Order: sequence, then structure tokens, then C-alpha cells
Amino acid sequence: MKNIHEKVEKNVGLFFLFTVLAISIGGLVEITPLFFQKELAQPVDNLKPYTALQMEGRDIYIREGCHVCHSQMIRPFRAETERYGHYSVAGEHVWEHPFLWGSKRTGPDLARVGQRYSDDWHIAHLTDPRSVVPESNMPAYNWLNTNTLDGELTGKKLETFNWLTRNRSHKDENGNAIPLYTPAEIDGAADAVKGKTEMDALVAYLQSLGHALK
Amino acid sequence: MSSFWNIWVWVLTLGSIVGCFILLRWCLKNFAGVEEGESMGHSFDGIEELNNQLPKWWSTFFLLTIIWAFGYLALYGLGNWTGILGWKSSNQGILNIAESKAKTLEYLKKDSGVLVQYDREIVQADAKYGPIFDAYAARSIEDLSTDAEALKVGQRLFIQNCSQCHGSDARGTTGFPNLADKDWLYGGSPEKIKETIMHGRKAVGMMAWAGAIGGEQGVKEVAAYVISLSGRSVNADLAKAGKAKFGLCAGCHGSDGQGSLALGLPMGAPNLSDNTWLYGGSQRAIEESIRNGRAGVMPPWKAILGEEKVHVISAYIYSLSQD
Repeated sequence: MKNIHEKVEKNVGLFFLFTVLAISIGGLVEITPLFFQKELAQPVDNLKPYTALQMEGRDIYIREGCHVCHSQMIRPFRAETERYGHYSVAGEHVWEHPFLWGSKRTGPDLARVGQRYSDDWHIAHLTDPRSVVPESNMPAYNWLNTNTLDGELTGKKLETFNWLTRNRSHKDENGNAIPLYTPAEIDGAADAVKGKTEMDALVAYLQSLGHALK
Repeated sequence: MSSFWNIWVWVLTLGSIVGCFILLRWCLKNFAGVEEGESMGHSFDGIEELNNQLPKWWSTFFLLTIIWAFGYLALYGLGNWTGILGWKSSNQGILNIAESKAKTLEYLKKDSGVLVQYDREIVQADAKYGPIFDAYAARSIEDLSTDAEALKVGQRLFIQNCSQCHGSDARGTTGFPNLADKDWLYGGSPEKIKETIMHGRKAVGMMAWAGAIGGEQGVKEVAAYVISLSGRSVNADLAKAGKAKFGLCAGCHGSDGQGSLALGLPMGAPNLSDNTWLYGGSQRAIEESIRNGRAGVMPPWKAILGEEKVHVISAYIYSLSQD
């Protein structure tokens, strides 16, 4: 009998193809169908779009890499829900682009950190984490106090989110999609954030997290 | 899941398991054209490659994982089929808390055919810890504050939820009150402590006074007077001028700076005549407070922790100022 196995052993291209095929099956079964599940694209009842300032704060959260050390995903274990609150559900995150679930917790989960601490605390903590939590190993982000926003791109960001969420926004009584932002909100976005510090924006974003599930 | 995706999942899953089995069977055949145990005709540095079968232990384990896969699928389901256990890790796809609670109650019924892992875990924990917290809830905060076990529970909850602002020793830091002394903004009775934790506090808020009291000079004068209230020596002229302007402060802090609590008022204005300083007692810190104002906020914890846990934390905090 001819040694067919030898063909795979001696042909790197073919071997690569079979390898990709084999490891893609898990994703095809577990991930691909999720893209087409309507119930996973439905926002929770109380989900509200970020305000212009919160949206800028979110971008600072991404820029500073907060998601590298903080997750925003409470898993359904009692040990987590006792500390952080109700476990995260899909409908809370349907307007997130990109998701900030994170995959590592050097610091605590932030999915429901909003309103847990005062604004003053967040400012003190971001400026100098060890002034309030001596054992903390979080870096200080004191420049957020002095950097100010110009709001040049804020309106565009809101507009982009209208487009990104067009198939998954709330619906009015006639079943028509309600865009996240009205034209007036988009036009007023620059003025809403102009002159605010990056600290204001980031704190506004952090305080908004986790209130959608009510 | 629509029937298309259901079929997709079934075909790919079962197809790949069966495919693995066929691949295993095929690879166990000898198709090298060489007798079992004979040389394949290669020799590298004197080491010869023989035509050997896959190790028995390896191929047996491979077979066992295939059998395991079918058992696993039968118990935990595939696609839209929920399996024999009806197992789910949690209720996903919920749109509000009421829906989450309703689903929990529905699936906890014996005949629901659905086993939600998370809800079971909570039921077990409630059965274990519920009676302990019930017993604590039935006792007064004063009583609990002398119970070593309750205090330990309270301390754990405090460290987890409160220490971020008030410190792990509850002694606070600049801007966040010390809970272990006898100085209170809203009252240190058990009832007041519990009220503060349950519903939070929002200081009426000290405005930025610089403009109203005559700019930087006014700030210096009032600061000098405020420092003198706690018995420190200051420039007498500055303090005298500051005293004349202190009337504006007296509405909240009292005419002698004794604080709103001493006046029986709820705005959380600190006592200025003692030597406890929430925002720092240096001249610079006091001037800063007067210049730009202060407004402390304590978030409400009722919705996050629930009354039973707040009750135990209150006892712990109350105990700190009792000796």
C-alpha cells in the first residue's frame, strides 16, 4: 500500500492547511453561531448611550490601557457576584465597540464600579493611587488633571457609534430603531466636552459603568 | 438558535468527533509498505527509524476521549438540545433584574428540567450563611459590637467594601473620614452609622469662598481665624479680620466653628475647633479648602450590600470608637 501519510509529513503547506482546519472547528461551533443570535444583540431595558464626556472618558480608558489590568466582565460565580454585583449579561455590552471585557485582573473588575465611590475618591485614586489605597500597585495617572479636551472629534465619535449600533439600538413602539444620538447631541458634543480635563472625562465614564441592568 | 445554526453545531461537532475516530483507525493501519518492527530504511547518525505502531496507551486514551465526548454531550447538551442535566452556567440574555429573578425562581423548581449552576450555588450559600445573618439582624448594633465573631464578619465586609476610601484600619485619609475616632460629621450613634451606610451622605458642599470674602487676602484672614479656633497661635491681625468674615461660615460650621453636628444640622460641616482635619490642618490645606470649597460624598450601599450586611458593618464601625 502507498504511504499517504508521507504526503502530509513532507508537504508543509498541506500540513498547515490541515492544522488550520482542525483548530478552526472549535471557533466555528462555539463562536460563529453567536454572531447570528438575535437575543444576544438586544440591549437591556435600561441601557443608555454614553454622554459625550463619558465617550471621551472611554477613549482615555482605552488609551491608558486600563483594560489591560481591569476586566469589565463579572462571571456567574458567587465569589464574584458577592464582590462586584450581578453577573454581566450580553445586553449590557451590545453597544460596546470594542468590548472592554479584558482578560486579566491585576486590579479589580470594573463592570459595576459606577457610583460605588465618590468622584473625589476617583480623582485622588487616579492622581495618586497610594494616597487612598496604600497597598495598591496601580500606576499614577496625574497628567489626566492637566490635559484638557478640545472636543474636535467628539461629534464624529458619536456619529460613528450611531452607525456601529444601527442594528442593535432600542426600538420605539412602531419597531423603528432609535439612534443612540440625535443630530443635536452630535452637534453639541464638542461644546459639551471642550475645556474639561481628561480626569473629568474618565471619572464620568467610570461612574457610568454598570447601571444598565436594573 | 435557529434550526440552521442548530444543525451547523450538530454536524460540525459530531462530524469532528467521528472524524477523529476514523483518523485514529486509519493511522493505526500499516500502510508504509514495511513489516511491523522492520526498518523504514532511514538511518540518522546511526539511529535507525523502525516502522512501529502508535503506542497502545496513546491510542487507547484517544479512543477514551472520544467515548468521553459522547458522555459529555449527552449530559450537557448540544445546540438547542439542553442535554440530560439541562445544565446552564447562568441566565444569559436577560434584560432586567426582575427577569433575572423570575428565571431564577422558575428554574429552581424541581420539575423545571433546567439546572442553573449559579443559582444552585447561591441557594446553597444562602442555606449556609442566611441563618447567621438572620441571627445578626435580630440583634441590636450595640449588642453585635461586643460579639467577637460578628465583628470579624463585619471587618471582612469592611475591608472588602469600605477600605478603599476609609483605609483598611478605618482611620481614613485626606478627604475620607477616620471612623475609629470619636469625631463624626453625621453622628456616631449606631442608628446614624447604619443610616449613613445604607443611604449614603452628600455634604451640602462648601462653595469656593475666595470671591465672596475678598480674594486671596480674605482667604488668608479666614484661614488664620480658623486655625486659631483649635488653639494654635496665629497672626492676631489676620485672625481678627478673619473673625469679622467668619459670619459667612457660621451658617454651617456654627458661630464658634463647632460644626453642624453640634448644632443638630445635617449638612456635614466639620467641627473646626478641634484638631481633627478631614482635608488637612496645615495652613496651606485650610486655605485651599476655603479657596476652592469641598464637598464629600459617601455612596449609598443598600442596593449593593443589602441591609443585613450593612447591619454587621455598622456594628464593626461602631465598635471602633467605643474604647
